[in-house]
Amino acid sequence: MTTGKTDQEPTPPKLTVKDLTVSYGDKKAVGPVGLDIVGQHVTALIGPSGCGKSTFLRSLNRMNELIPGCRITGSVHLDGDPIYGPGIDPVAIRRRIGMVFQKSNPFPKTIRENVAYGLRIGGINDSREIEARVERALAQSALWDEVKDRLDDSAMGLSGGQQQRLCIARALAVEPEVLLMDEPASALDPIATAHIEELINELSANYTVVIVTHNMQQAARVADYTAFFYLGELVEFDRTDVLFTKPSNSRTEDYITGRFG
Amino acid sequence: MSVASVAPDRETIARHTARRTRRNVIADGALAVATGATLLLVLTILVVILFDVIRHGTPHLSWAFLSEAPRDGMTAGGIFPAIVGMVEMVLLMTLAGVPIGVATAIYLHEYASPVSPVTRAIRLAVANLAGVPSIVFGLFGLGFFVQFLGAGIDKAFFGSDKVFGQPALIWAALTMAVLTLPVVIVATEEALRAVPRELREASLALGATKFQTVFNVVVPQASSGILTGTILAVSRGAGEVAPILFTGAAYFLPLLPKSLSSQFMSPSYHVYVLSTQSPDVDATKPILYATVLVLLALTFTLNIAAVVVRARMRRRNAGGAG
Repeated sequence: MTTGKTDQEPTPPKLTVKDLTVSYGDKKAVGPVGLDIVGQHVTALIGPSGCGKSTFLRSLNRMNELIPGCRITGSVHLDGDPIYGPGIDPVAIRRRIGMVFQKSNPFPKTIRENVAYGLRIGGINDSREIEARVERALAQSALWDEVKDRLDDSAMGLSGGQQQRLCIARALAVEPEVLLMDEPASALDPIATAHIEELINELSANYTVVIVTHNMQQAARVADYTAFFYLGELVEFDRTDVLFTKPSNSRTEDYITGRFG
Repeated sequence: MSVASVAPDRETIARHTARRTRRNVIADGALAVATGATLLLVLTILVVILFDVIRHGTPHLSWAFLSEAPRDGMTAGGIFPAIVGMVEMVLLMTLAGVPIGVATAIYLHEYASPVSPVTRAIRLAVANLAGVPSIVFGLFGLGFFVQFLGAGIDKAFFGSDKVFGQPALIWAALTMAVLTLPVVIVATEEALRAVPRELREASLALGATKFQTVFNVVVPQASSGILTGTILAVSRGAGEVAPILFTGAAYFLPLLPKSLSSQFMSPSYHVYVLSTQSPDVDATKPILYATVLVLLALTFTLNIAAVVVRARMRRRNAGGAG
């Protein structure tokens, strides 16, 4: 199943990455990378383990700087606004660019409180508004029907796939513009994975989604655009159908045909 | 196949395996015997102590013993003032020491740069504080709290009267708080360290500030560990004698402490007094045993409380279903 949504007309990029490099101490992990991410589409980052795709993803909402010794150069712009620079608050950036992690990480709170957390810390106290946005976020992540009768149960009692969808709902509740997903289905069984992929397709109608995946079939299924990373470099970036059928770089071709990786 | 010619034949493999297996069986057996023997030794010591204390202590235990003050040069009566003194001292010490200890640990673990010389100096100080003998804490309490702080307060507010410039409940509690501080700090830091990075990242990725993340996610998640460590620290402090010897514990008081500047009786000090200062050893002996029994029961209660708290918090965090 393909997305069938690869527009022909050029859309202004949601995220513009220029000359981005990320280093840990003296060791360069990524870059320099330049890349435009199109709004309201799904962009997949693929490549073998350790190629820097997760590091690149985490530098899009400034999660890397939490790691001691991490240094970032170059620029990232969100709708033309720089996200790196003096006086720019990473907290404000992370409200606009949400993230879902590889391992589902719900808080040990109730299902309701998990989704409401981002709203409460954002200063929303009106219980009716919280209620409405919790329901909307759970509905968007296709979890509402499964949990609507047990919103006050602990989130830790949900299955792995449900927990991951809860994490997506939690990220959506604060209404970010961009959703970063770091191998969101790698720890899930095929059925739960199918759920998540379907969800990503639906989300791309309203959100800009950037997803890191190990699984090339997954990239082909969900992504409109795909970027291939290798050894910290961006090797090739193109529309998914082009990259998978007519890759212009031989390393891309070797990787997607399974010759290495 | 050529593999057969290079590989050792079946019989050789079997022989080697057998020898290795034999050696493993002997090593396993020896280890099991050695560790089992140490376990037995520890249990025996505990059982002997408990058995002795319970056998000699229970006959003298009664409601009167728990609710009366000592009489007749401590050869009769109960230990009520000592129980009350211990409870008050423990409460004050917890109130004074635990918030400071927890706050220090949160600062050290969440905010301080791990490589800065100041952080290292604080950590070194905490580690050294934990190794200081408790009698030294007692002398410190006498010198700092009683003679410096207490006398200073007297000079400033009470003229020539001695109110705070003598051993008192508050000084004993503060000395004890200093003694338990490193235990609280280390336990709290341990609990904070156990909070998975994923939870912090989840909170930060939702646009939470560091402060919001620490107080809404990290500390609640660590609370069972913090509480357990705190209760264990308190129960350790509750049984100490040396730090309160010079700072507030009284040899004998028929009345309960009236204010923070009163002296107080403590079961642990009472045990020391009964066993060394009694005018009539035979009359004191059953009282001594019963006092030890009560002291043990109080500390065990605190330890069991720690275990229960931990189990309940764990269950809550695991959320019932797996």
